[in-house]
Amino acid sequence: MAQFRIERSPAPVWMRFLIPLIAVVITFIITSILIIWAGANPLEAYYYFFIAPLSSRVSLIEILVKSTPLLLTGAAVTFAFSASFWNIGAEGQLIAGAMMAAWLGMVLKGVPPIIGIPIMLVGGFIAGVLWALLPAWLKVKLEVDEVVTTLLLNSVILFLVSFFLNGPWRDPISGWPQSAEIASGTMFFKLIPRSRLHFGFIIAIAVILIEWFVLSRMSFGLRMRAVGMGKEAARFAGINVQRTMLVSALISGGIAGLAGVGEVAGIHYHLIEAISSGLGYNGIIVATLAGLNPLGVIPAALFMGLIDTGAQSVSRALGVPIYLGTVVQATLLLVTLGLFVLQNYRIRRV
Amino acid sequence: MEIFLVGLFAATLRVATPLIFGMLGELFCERSGVLNLGIEGTMFLGSFVGFAVASQTGSLWLGLLAAILAGIISGLLMALLAVWLGVNQHVSGLGITLLWTGVSLFGFRLIFGDPKVPPSIDSFSPLSPFGEIRILGPIFQQHLLTYIALLMIPLVWWVIYRTKFGLNIRAVGENPEAADAAGLNVYMVRTLALVIGGALMAVAGAFLSLAQLGAFTYGMIAGRGWVCIALIIFANWHPLGVLWGALIFGGISALQLRLQVSGLDLPYEVFLALPYLVTIAALAIAGRNVSAPSMLLKPYRRE
Repeated sequence: MAQFRIERSPAPVWMRFLIPLIAVVITFIITSILIIWAGANPLEAYYYFFIAPLSSRVSLIEILVKSTPLLLTGAAVTFAFSASFWNIGAEGQLIAGAMMAAWLGMVLKGVPPIIGIPIMLVGGFIAGVLWALLPAWLKVKLEVDEVVTTLLLNSVILFLVSFFLNGPWRDPISGWPQSAEIASGTMFFKLIPRSRLHFGFIIAIAVILIEWFVLSRMSFGLRMRAVGMGKEAARFAGINVQRTMLVSALISGGIAGLAGVGEVAGIHYHLIEAISSGLGYNGIIVATLAGLNPLGVIPAALFMGLIDTGAQSVSRALGVPIYLGTVVQATLLLVTLGLFVLQNYRIRRV
Repeated sequence: MEIFLVGLFAATLRVATPLIFGMLGELFCERSGVLNLGIEGTMFLGSFVGFAVASQTGSLWLGLLAAILAGIISGLLMALLAVWLGVNQHVSGLGITLLWTGVSLFGFRLIFGDPKVPPSIDSFSPLSPFGEIRILGPIFQQHLLTYIALLMIPLVWWVIYRTKFGLNIRAVGENPEAADAAGLNVYMVRTLALVIGGALMAVAGAFLSLAQLGAFTYGMIAGRGWVCIALIIFANWHPLGVLWGALIFGGISALQLRLQVSGLDLPYEVFLALPYLVTIAALAIAGRNVSAPSMLLKPYRRE
């Protein structure tokens, strides 16, 4: 009788490129259970999910719109995780950036865009940094677990938003719990006329390129990755581990803050309570799918944007609940995580 | 004053109940060496499955049972990822939370559509063991699940510290190599711990939909799972600490509800945020003095 043995050996390079494809196929098969439950045909559903959005200009642009905040939160999470600072707080830091954008949009009346937009970007970045400051500082000074503090602060900032929107910032014209429309000089310009694609997309790509450069070419990035691979070894090599983690956590918060600016200045023009609804958490999916490689964030975020757009299209065409998108994204994450591990195993005949 | 205090104590126990179940569930996971960030999603799933089954079959107990089964499945999934495959525990836990959130919302839409008013059921009615007696009567007019939660604390203490199984859990959480050398199957012990943990988390969620609210809403769990993750540190991974953690957090939450209606001139969001801020402050004060299970977050690979 033939005997089989499982052994560990590094995966060949071609495998890395195959994994996303295998992961998508497995995800299809698993999530088709829900589609059948909803009384739809899985093949038809996946046509509306993945093919239909790619075949019209309008929905192609919509994919770019949906991926814009994910590019930034994905980049933010990648940056912190690279130094093994487990920032689960991109959600809160994004909202901090959005709040700052809403406030600046109210204050900067009558400024030209050439002044307004840079102030929005700098302000949103600073707000994200500030919201990351407490967890980063507690981690570095007192070794308080950053996962817990960033998660808790995600909840806290929702109360803060609710307070401002139901109190001092409530829109005086409509009376809705949303802030007043931001000044025209602080709105991001459109990249394509009459679409929702805005300047934030270019910012996102630029941030990712800078991040790639920092992580792979600059000594600070190399120190970060050394800390990420092992704190003790990094300390032994003379790296100031605490400072490196602090700085990477704060920059990560700032990048997430930029995502919030984009949502307010490019999409909504108001601060609303549902400004994020999970964009920060989805950044963790993006960063994982990208294998913590900044350049990988681009295809990962675009793919997540495709799923978001596709979920709307399935929902419209076949009446399958839109939450199918969330399930597909989460399943894809878990399947990819598993495949990353399994690629290093072989089954051999002995 | 008496009415105020009685109401406060009763509300404290009510708020503490899901936290006790959630924290005890997380305690099993973390003592075996696995941080389970799937808690928030597992609570949501438990609350949805419990509600859906109860409303379709008309039996609250079947709902509770179905929630427990869902929690067991959630525990098995976490075990597959974090124990058998050994992937990053932060990311797999968050992935599970997203998955169950999506599945629950998907299922809710399919079964109940998009109603203007959340559908409701006749929830469990509270027990009143002390009848109409002054003070004790109203304070202990609580749901059966609240009593079970309080009884679970000594029970879990006994399991963790006085049984072979508990010893095994602590062994694989502190020193899996030695446990393995002593003939323990590290993977199986961790899997069992995650299954028990998942079931308890699901009960925490089911308490909210089947007992406390008798309804299911999208913002049902509202970060309670994350609160459990934080309080377990405050509790120093000890069942008795779980009781204090849940009662203190529950007490502050109950107090803020009463301060809101007392006409104090502060925005109510300040009070809502208060328990979270107090928890962060407590963690900062506890600081380095916490003693996490030493193998927390470290996957075990048998070479």
